[in-house]
Order: sequence, then C-alpha cells, then structure tokens
Amino acid sequence: MPKIIIDGIDFEAQEGWTILDVAKFLGIEIPTLCYHEGLSPWGGCRLCLVEIHEGENTKLVTSCTYPLQEGLVVRTATKRVVWARNLILELMIAQCPTSKVLQDLAAKMGLERVRFKPKWEDCIYCGLCVRICEEQMMAKAIGFVDRGNKLKITTPFDKASEECRRCGACLYICPACTLRCEGPEPENVLCGRCYNELQPTCLDFYDNYTCWMGLKGECGTCIREKPEEKQEV
Amino acid sequence: MNRINSPEELEELRKAIIQKRVFERPCITVCSGTGCHAYGCEKVTKAFLDEVNRKNLREKVHIRTTGCHGFCEQGPIVVIHPEGIFYRRVKVEDVQEIVSETIIAKRVIDRLLYVDSNTGKKVMYEKDVPFYKKQQRIIFGNNGLIDPKNIDDYLAVGGYKALSKVLSGLTPEGTIDIIKQSGLRGRGGAGFPTGRKWELVRKQKGDGKHIICNADEGDPGAYMDRSLLEGNPHSVIEGMIIGAYAIGAKSGWVYVRKEYPLAVENIQIAIDQAREYGLLSKDILGSGCNFNIRIVKGAGAFVAGEETALMFSIEGKRGVPRQRPPFPAQKGLWGEPTNINNVETWANVPKIIEKGSDWFASIGTKTSKGTKIFSLVGKVRNTGLVEVPMGTTLQEVVFDIGGGAPDGKKVKAVHIGGPSGGCIPQELFHLPVDYESLTGAGAIMGSGGMIVMDEDTCMVDIAKYFANFLQDESCGKCVPCREGTQRMFQILADITEGKGKEEDLQLLEELGNVIKATSLCGLGQTAPNGVLSSIKYFKDEYFAHIRDKKCPAGVCKPLIKYTIDAEKCIGCGLCKKNCPADATVGELKEPHSIIQDRCIKCGICRDVCKCDAVTIS
Repeated sequence: MPKIIIDGIDFEAQEGWTILDVAKFLGIEIPTLCYHEGLSPWGGCRLCLVEIHEGENTKLVTSCTYPLQEGLVVRTATKRVVWARNLILELMIAQCPTSKVLQDLAAKMGLERVRFKPKWEDCIYCGLCVRICEEQMMAKAIGFVDRGNKLKITTPFDKASEECRRCGACLYICPACTLRCEGPEPENVLCGRCYNELQPTCLDFYDNYTCWMGLKGECGTCIREKPEEKQEV
Repeated sequence: MNRINSPEELEELRKAIIQKRVFERPCITVCSGTGCHAYGCEKVTKAFLDEVNRKNLREKVHIRTTGCHGFCEQGPIVVIHPEGIFYRRVKVEDVQEIVSETIIAKRVIDRLLYVDSNTGKKVMYEKDVPFYKKQQRIIFGNNGLIDPKNIDDYLAVGGYKALSKVLSGLTPEGTIDIIKQSGLRGRGGAGFPTGRKWELVRKQKGDGKHIICNADEGDPGAYMDRSLLEGNPHSVIEGMIIGAYAIGAKSGWVYVRKEYPLAVENIQIAIDQAREYGLLSKDILGSGCNFNIRIVKGAGAFVAGEETALMFSIEGKRGVPRQRPPFPAQKGLWGEPTNINNVETWANVPKIIEKGSDWFASIGTKTSKGTKIFSLVGKVRNTGLVEVPMGTTLQEVVFDIGGGAPDGKKVKAVHIGGPSGGCIPQELFHLPVDYESLTGAGAIMGSGGMIVMDEDTCMVDIAKYFANFLQDESCGKCVPCREGTQRMFQILADITEGKGKEEDLQLLEELGNVIKATSLCGLGQTAPNGVLSSIKYFKDEYFAHIRDKKCPAGVCKPLIKYTIDAEKCIGCGLCKKNCPADATVGELKEPHSIIQDRCIKCGICRDVCKCDAVTIS
C-alpha cells in the first residue's frame, strides 16, 4: 500500500488508487470535468491537474489518471496549478460558452476574463458520451472521428447507427448539453455568475424580495433595479 | 538461400560472398534514395543497364542501386568504383558517355564533376567533396556501398557480425551493459538512455515482451529515418535482433508510415531475406533465441509517433496517447512490457557491439555520445542528410557542410527538431548540437530536422506555419493541445494579417507555457517551442508586425505592397505578360505600374523582372 503525502497530509492509500481517489477520500476538492466515477479515466480536460514531486522537478499531471507510487508528494492547489487550470478553463469556455457546467466551474474557480474569441461550439470533446456508450451501455454507437481542429464525435460515417438504442445516456452525461441560463446578456462569454447548487433562473431586475441570493444585484447578474415600483412611488 | 545455423556458417558465407566479389570489375553505383528518386534515378539506372547490355559489358561491369548518399542537392548521384569517381546531376543523356568514356576508356568526364563553390575547383572523388569532409558517417557510411535489396551486400561489408558476437559470447545482461557504457541515447528526440530503457524491460516479468522500431517520422523536412530504412534496412533489423536477445523479447514490430512506400518495400524485402537465412526465426544462429519482426503501416498521423499512441495504433485502436506511467516498459503493447526505440537508435546498436562501447563513447560530448543524422534543408546550398558527431557546432553544420545560404543571402536562424522544435538565431550558432544545449536554447534535438532560414524568411510566418501543422496534427484528446494550438494559430494568423495587438504577445507566451506544462503527451508538451523561441529571439519582428504593420522579410501578404521603380523599369512588359491578375499596366518601353486593388501579391512580377525594378514595401 503506497504511502504518499498530499497537501502535507501523510496518507496510506489503497492499492490501485489514483491521486484523485485519495483527494476525494480526504475531502480535498479538485475540479473535474471529463472524469466520472462509473467510467474509465480519460485525462482529457486537464482540469484535475495537480503538482507532483518537490524542488525543481515538479510536474503537472492529471490526478484522475495518475497512479500512486510510494513516496509521491502531491500538492493540489499550488499557484502553478491554479494558473494552469484557469487558462485551460478559459480555453474551454471560449470554445463552448453555452455550457452550464463550464460556467459553474468558471464561477467557482473565479475566472474573470476570456481573452479568446468565442467559438460557440456545441461540444467540448470530453469523451464522456463515447465512454458511457461503450462502457456502460455496451453499444459503441459513437466515437471520435478525425483529429485536431477537425475532431468530432459522431456515429460511423455520420449515418444513423444500428447499435444505438436511443437510450439517451450520452445526453444524460453530456456537460455541454445542459445550457447555461441566458440571463440578461446571453452574448457574454462568461455568464452572470450566480453559481449555486439550486440555481434558479436569474431575473433581469431585482428588489429585496426577488433576488434569491439576497445580494441586491451585487453578483452582477441582473442589471437594473425594478423600475415600475419606483415610478409608482 | 540456405539457412545459417551457427556463427561459423555465417562467417563462411561471408567469406564466400567476398571472394566472389574480389576480382576487380568496375561497379557503377546509382543512388536510389528519396532525393535521387525525385530527380529520376530510376531512368538513369535503366539507361545504364540498357547501355551495358548494348555494349555487351554485362559480365564486366556491375551496376548497383544503393541507398541514399546524403548529398541530395546534387542528385541523381553516380559513383564509379573502385576509384570512387563522383558524378552529380547525371541525366539519361549522360549515360552513354559515362560508359564509353569512364568505364571503357578510363577518362573522367569533367562536366559531371562536383564544383566546390568556395574554391571553384572540380572535385573528382566522393571522399574529397567538402560536404562529406566534416561528417563522420558511421551509420550512413555503408548506404552508398550496398544494395538495400540484397542481404549479401550487407554481409559483404561486415553485416550481422555484431549479432553473431552477441549470440556466441555475450549474456543478455552483458549486452545491455555494453549499450549502457556506450552512453547511447534515444535518437527519436527525447534522448532517454537506451541501455537503461532495455534494462527496465529486461527486469519485467513475463514471456510476452515486445520491441518496436519507431519509423513514424513525420516532421516536415526530415527524412533520415526514411533514408536509413530505404538504404540500409539490415542495420536496423540487426539492431532489433540484438535488442530482442538482450531484453528477452520474442516479437518485434516496425511501425512505418505508409507514405514511405520505398522504405516499406525495402524493409519487407530485408525481413524476408533475413528470414530465409534463419536470422529471423526460431533458434537464431543455433543460440536458442527466437525472434520475428512484423511490419505495421501507419496511416500517417503525426501523433502516432508518440510511443503510447503508436502502440494503440498497432493494436488496431485509435492512435491517441495515454497517461504515462505506466510506461511502455511496464505495460506496453497489449499490456505487456515493451521496448520502443527509433530507427536510428537501432541502427547504432550493431556498430556499438562491433566496435565496443569505448569507441562509441569517445565520439561526441560528455552527455551526448556518438553521431547524429540531420536532414539539412531550407535556404542552404547543400541540402541533404548529414551525419556529424554530437557536439559539432551549428556553424560547422550550416556553413562548413551546408555551404551557407544560396545567392549570397544572410542566414538568419535554423529551426531544429521539426514542429516541436524551436529556432536558434545566428548569434547562437556557436552552440554544439547535443541534447542539453539545444533544449537549453529553446529547441529540441527531435528526430533531427534542420531547416535553415535566411533573411527572406519571416519568423512570424514560420511560427504560424508550424502552429497550423500542429493544430491539424494534435490528436484532440486533451484541451490545452487541441484548443491551445488552435488559439496559437489564430493569434499568429491575426498578427500576420496586421490585426495583432500588443497584448497578444503576452497571451501567446502564457498560452505556450500552459500548453507545455499541462499537455498529455510529448506532442503538446513541445508544441509551443516554435512560437516561444521565435518570440524569445525575434521579438522585434513580432513588434514590426504588430506596431508598424510591416513584415520586414516581405512575406506576410496583407502587410506588403509590390511597386515598380519607374527609374529602373525598362518597360519590357514581362511582368505585364506574366501577371495572373492583370494588375500590371503600362505601355511597351514605358515604365510600368501596379494597380494595388487588383494585385494578389503572388510575387511573379518580381521573379520575372530582369532589372530588379519590382520592390516590396
């Protein structure tokens, strides 16, 4: 059983665990996107990066795929990690600003700006749908096609697949299919930042009673005060 | 062919082959490497055969097609042995004269000799050509002597001697020790010590071990692995058999691109011939060692040269890299321990075994041993493949061997290591080529592509070219590489179109550093090198594009303007005649001018103008 140090905590891990497994066990939060408990790790989104080793030889690796070795030293939230995660998320949001999952992550990680031109694509190629179709639904109806800037996920030869049972697992797991709330400025690459587990729809105005966060618009989501009431007074 | 059952039988066969060749009949060797093929060496070879048959000299003259001689600039190359007379740019029309003059009358044809561009003197023998003088061709040396399609040729120059030495007297561990002591490092680019890699695989448990020869060479402008497989495939096979014995592997794989038809053909022929002699079979040379090699043809994805992607590709899956560890040495092909080395690394192995680790370690620098083959291309006079000891300076490679830039232009930089590599400016040409100093300067050794650039090359444009290559060749699995390379290309494209902003440079650098630090595989981890190194050394060119909206080298079309100097123009009308867009106007014998709205900036007017009247601004 490998003994490791993670964020200063000595820990004896189970055989076969990854860094992410340990972090989850200890309650250390590491953002993930293409990772799913029920599927094989992929290591594509790179959000779960952590810094391993000490001194000059530190390295950024994805915690979801990295197997534990004896004596491994892991730090999950160094400056370098946060810097890299933020830029990667920035790249992803610029690719698909409509995804609620990405916008939530951005709000949580405090991403303030997106310096790239938005592409407004529908897919972020995290591969979750491909893996759930193959590993849980045993269908292998969809897969990656082509590479690089022409990469896409589709059925063989773009034709309706005989293997597909229309189970909808791909839709269920897709982080890009859940659209963000449009808010008052849907053309903004970053949404209005009202990250909350419950996430009711935001209004385009507020008053003391209608702002569900009780913030009176401090979050910047709604743009103006309720105009009608003022006029009545 | 009879099966060879022991080292003694191999030596007997070698003696018999050499004896058969002892009587001195002239031998015409025609280079049939990639470069010479493009020049039409096949026709030349056929013409020689016809001519020799016509003159009834079939029994007296030997004609041999050999592997690449390296001096591709001067192809097709013909060398007449035993004298070693070196003819370059030989055409079908010259064949008759060569046979009647040089072969029969023993007279040298002056006009086909190579002219030393520095001294203006004609050079008669291959060994005296300055291009070869500074080289040390231990891997490539035999290329010009043997017919790659004939195993007897390889045996005649001492082939498979190293194999019989290993099988008859060395233990696997002893073999690994020799490779370790020699200091050989992987020639694929990363430079991992080969002996240590072998030892790691050796120590793994299990019978089903594999070795792979990585011949998925995909850098634009690089073709040394191709030339080795085409020109001397048996040296690679011999290296692999020795490796298999040392590691304890039973199966070997050669992963070669399908775009290299001649390499595939030659290595296949070589494997078949080695099999017939029993060198690739059960109980090789009576030692009890079993080994077989299969060829897998890659579909031409650049990323499939990455070892984990390559193994997936062999397994028949999508060529996409995966997380290491587990390393291939632990879990490789089909989950079994696998050793993967580059073509050139394998070709080094027999030489080291034959001549000893001390000999090999005496060549090169403290940390990088042996020689390295570079493909010297771009704006350089003598393009071709050069093999130099590690530690040779860039100055020597580019100027002494390469002859500098053509037309008296100034060499600006050299781009080393293909798309993953970086550029090194002329001021740093004193740097020795070895793994450490190249990495320190922001480039990488890579597989050895060396692209020379002169003052007419725009560094931003080059960075854009490689970014475009990478955004297309990234497998797309991980975000920083897929999205990052696309964004880099986009920003660079904006800069070359005059739409760049000052902040773009900072963003490029930040983006580059993140891609480097976070990408999944070697492709992404080295992808920003080209951009980062060009920003590091040629920042002023970027500023010229961004601030002044000008391209100093006159390459980026949206930033340049073609004009005709009315004083120089003699009104010959050549530019007008050749302009594809009807943008050049003017009467005969009157100064012409260019209508800017119509001009598509193809540059044809400048190329055809005889009085240098067309200028770029």
